[in-house]
Amino acid sequence: MADAVVVAPPSRPLPRISATGEKRWVRRLLIAVAVVFLLSFIVLPLVTVFIEALRTGIGAYFAALSDRDTFAAIQLTLLIAVIAVPCNLVFGLAAAWAIAKFEFRGKGFLITLIDLPFSVSPVTSGLIYVLLFGAQGWFGPFLQAHNIQIIFALPGMVLATVFVTFPFVARELIPIMEEQGTREEEAAVSLGASGWRIFFRVTLPNVKWALLYGVLLCNARAMGEFGAVSVVSGHIRGKTNTMPLQIEILYNEYAYNAAFAVASLLALLALVTLAIKTFLEWRFAGEIAARTRRH
Amino acid sequence: MDARLINEESFAAAGERMPAPVQSAWGAPVDVTVEDVVRVFGETPALHGVSLAIKSGELVALLGPSGSGKTTLLRILAGLDFPDAGRVMFGGDDAAGLTVQQRNVGFVFQSYALFRHMRVFDNIAFGLSVRPSVRRPAKDEIRRRVLELLKLVQLDGLDQRYPSQLSGGQRQRVALARALAIEPRILLLDEPFGALDAKVRRELRRWLREIHDQTGHTTVFVTHDQEEAIELADRIVVLNNGAIEQVGTPDEIYDNPASPFVASFIGESNALPVVAEHGHLLLDDRALDLTGQPGASGPKTLVFRPHHVDVLGTRPGGIAGSVISERRHGAVRRLEVEISASHYRIEVDVRADEPKSKKGDRISILPNRWWLFDDTGPALPQAAVKS
Repeated sequence: MADAVVVAPPSRPLPRISATGEKRWVRRLLIAVAVVFLLSFIVLPLVTVFIEALRTGIGAYFAALSDRDTFAAIQLTLLIAVIAVPCNLVFGLAAAWAIAKFEFRGKGFLITLIDLPFSVSPVTSGLIYVLLFGAQGWFGPFLQAHNIQIIFALPGMVLATVFVTFPFVARELIPIMEEQGTREEEAAVSLGASGWRIFFRVTLPNVKWALLYGVLLCNARAMGEFGAVSVVSGHIRGKTNTMPLQIEILYNEYAYNAAFAVASLLALLALVTLAIKTFLEWRFAGEIAARTRRH
Repeated sequence: MDARLINEESFAAAGERMPAPVQSAWGAPVDVTVEDVVRVFGETPALHGVSLAIKSGELVALLGPSGSGKTTLLRILAGLDFPDAGRVMFGGDDAAGLTVQQRNVGFVFQSYALFRHMRVFDNIAFGLSVRPSVRRPAKDEIRRRVLELLKLVQLDGLDQRYPSQLSGGQRQRVALARALAIEPRILLLDEPFGALDAKVRRELRRWLREIHDQTGHTTVFVTHDQEEAIELADRIVVLNNGAIEQVGTPDEIYDNPASPFVASFIGESNALPVVAEHGHLLLDDRALDLTGQPGASGPKTLVFRPHHVDVLGTRPGGIAGSVISERRHGAVRRLEVEISASHYRIEVDVRADEPKSKKGDRISILPNRWWLFDDTGPALPQAAVKS
C-alpha cells in the first residue's frame, strides 16, 4: 500500500500563492504611492517648519520664543489644555460608560451627539459660544450685569476647546467598553465590591490604555485648536492668544522666523505625543494584547 | 491538611475580626426560600410564580431548556437581578433588604468573567481585599487563604498567570476559587461546564461534587444538560417556560416524571395521544392491554421509555406498527416504529441477541412501565411528532 502514495517532489519551488496576494508590481506601486504621499505631504512640511525656525540660528530661535507675548501664548495654551483635557477625561469616561454599560432610550442619539464636534466646523462651534455668551448673545445681558466675562477671555476659550475635543476620549473608549460588557463588573458586585471600588479596580484598569490614547489625542488637539478658539479669543496680545493664534499674528506681520519658531514648538508637541504613544505600545505590547485584544 | 479543615480554620480566622452577632451568620450555609417569584422582561415573563425551598448544604440543579428561566432564577438568588413580585428569603431574612455583601453569595459565571487585567492570585484575593477595612483580613492572611484555595482547585503554582494564559478548565477553577474565597453562604454556578469539552467536563463535574462534599456549601447550579444534573445534584428542579415542572431527586424525576415534558427532557421517552374510556385506554380506537386506573374519561397522553417495552408477538392489545429503521444503541437495538393506523413514530429498545429486524417488519409492543397524563398539550417529545 505504501508505494501507492508516492508524491513526486516539485522540481522547482512553487510560487507562493495566497488568496489575497497581488502581483509583485502592484504591491510595489501601492507602497511607492503611499511613501511618496507621506514624504511630500507630511514629512516635507514638518522638516520645513524646523528648518525655517532655525534658519537664523539657535539664538534667534530662543529669542523669538522668549518674547513676552509669545511666552504668554505658550502659557495660555498649556493652561487651556490643563483645564480642558481633564474635563473631557471625565465627560468622555462618563459618556462611554453610559453608552457601553446601560440600555436606555435615545442611546443612538447620544452617540450621534458625541460625534457632532467632529462634523461641525470649529468656526461654527466658536460662533455658537459667541451667540450664547457674547455681549449681544442670549446670556450676554445677564453676564454683563454680574460682571462675568466669558467671550474674549479664558472661560470662552476653554469652553470652545472642550467642545471641539470632546469626542476623542469617548470615541476611544466606547468600542472597547462595549466589547468588554458588564460581566466583570457583575462578578465584582457578587464578590461584595462597592461601586467606587469596582470602578477603580475593575472598569478603569480594563480601559486604561484606550483612555491614555484618548487623552493624548485630546491633548494634541486641545493645544493645536485654531478655528473655534480664534472666534472666541478676541486676539488680545499677551492675554487671549494661544500658540496657534500667535503663529498667525506673527506670520501676518511678516515675522516668519518667530512664526516658525512657535510652529516648531507645536509640531514638537505633536511629535512627542506620537512618540509617547508608540513607546507605550512597544513597551506594553504583550500586556495590551493579553488584556484588550485590541490595538 | 484536608479541605474541610482549611475551611473551618478560615471561618475561625474571619470570626476573630467580626463583631459577635454577625459571626453566627457569617459563612454558615443557610436555607434559601423562593416564594412566588415573578420576573418580566419587557412583555415576556421569564418567571411566573416560582416557589422553591433549598435546604442548607444541598446541591441543587436548575435544569431546563434555554429560555426556561433557570438563569434568571439564579441571578435573582445572587442579587444580580430582582423579582417583580414575590420574595427570596435567606434564612429568616428577606433578601430584598440585604445588600450583596450581606447576602454573601458566591457566583460562578458561565463565561467565568475573570478580571482579565489581574493575575490569578489577585483574582482570587479580590473578594477579600475589597472588604471594608474592619472586616478585611490582613495581607498575610489573604495570601495564605488564596494559596490554600489554589491548592483546593489544584492550580498550585499558577498564581502569577493572567487569565488569558490559562486553559478553559483552569479558568473555570479560578472562577470557582474566587467565588469560594469570600466564604459564601451559598454557591451559585451558571452553566459551569458549558464551554468545556466533554472530557474536561466530566472531570470537573466529579471534582465539583468532591469540593461540595468537602466544604458543605449550599450549592445551586444551572444546566441544560440532564446527564450533568443527574450525575451531580442531590435534587433537580426542572424548569420549562418560566415555571417549575417538577422538583425531586434524580431517581424521583427519572422514575416518576410529573409531566410529558419532564419525561422527555430527562431521559428518552415516547408520547402517544390516547383516549380513556370506561376504564380502558384506546389508541386509534383500539383498546390497549394495559392494566391500571386511567382515571376520568377523555384525551390523555401515554408516556413510556424506549427500554420499558415488551415485544408481544401475535398477542392482541399491543401497539402495532412497522419497523422504519434499526440501529445499535449500546447494549440494545433501537427500533424506530411507525404505528400503522396513525403514522405516529415511537422508539423502542429490543435485546441485541434477538434476531435483527428489517425495514417493514411488523411488530407489536406494549410498555411494561408507563405514565398517563391528562392531555394539556405542551411540548410533546420528538418521538411522537406525527410524520
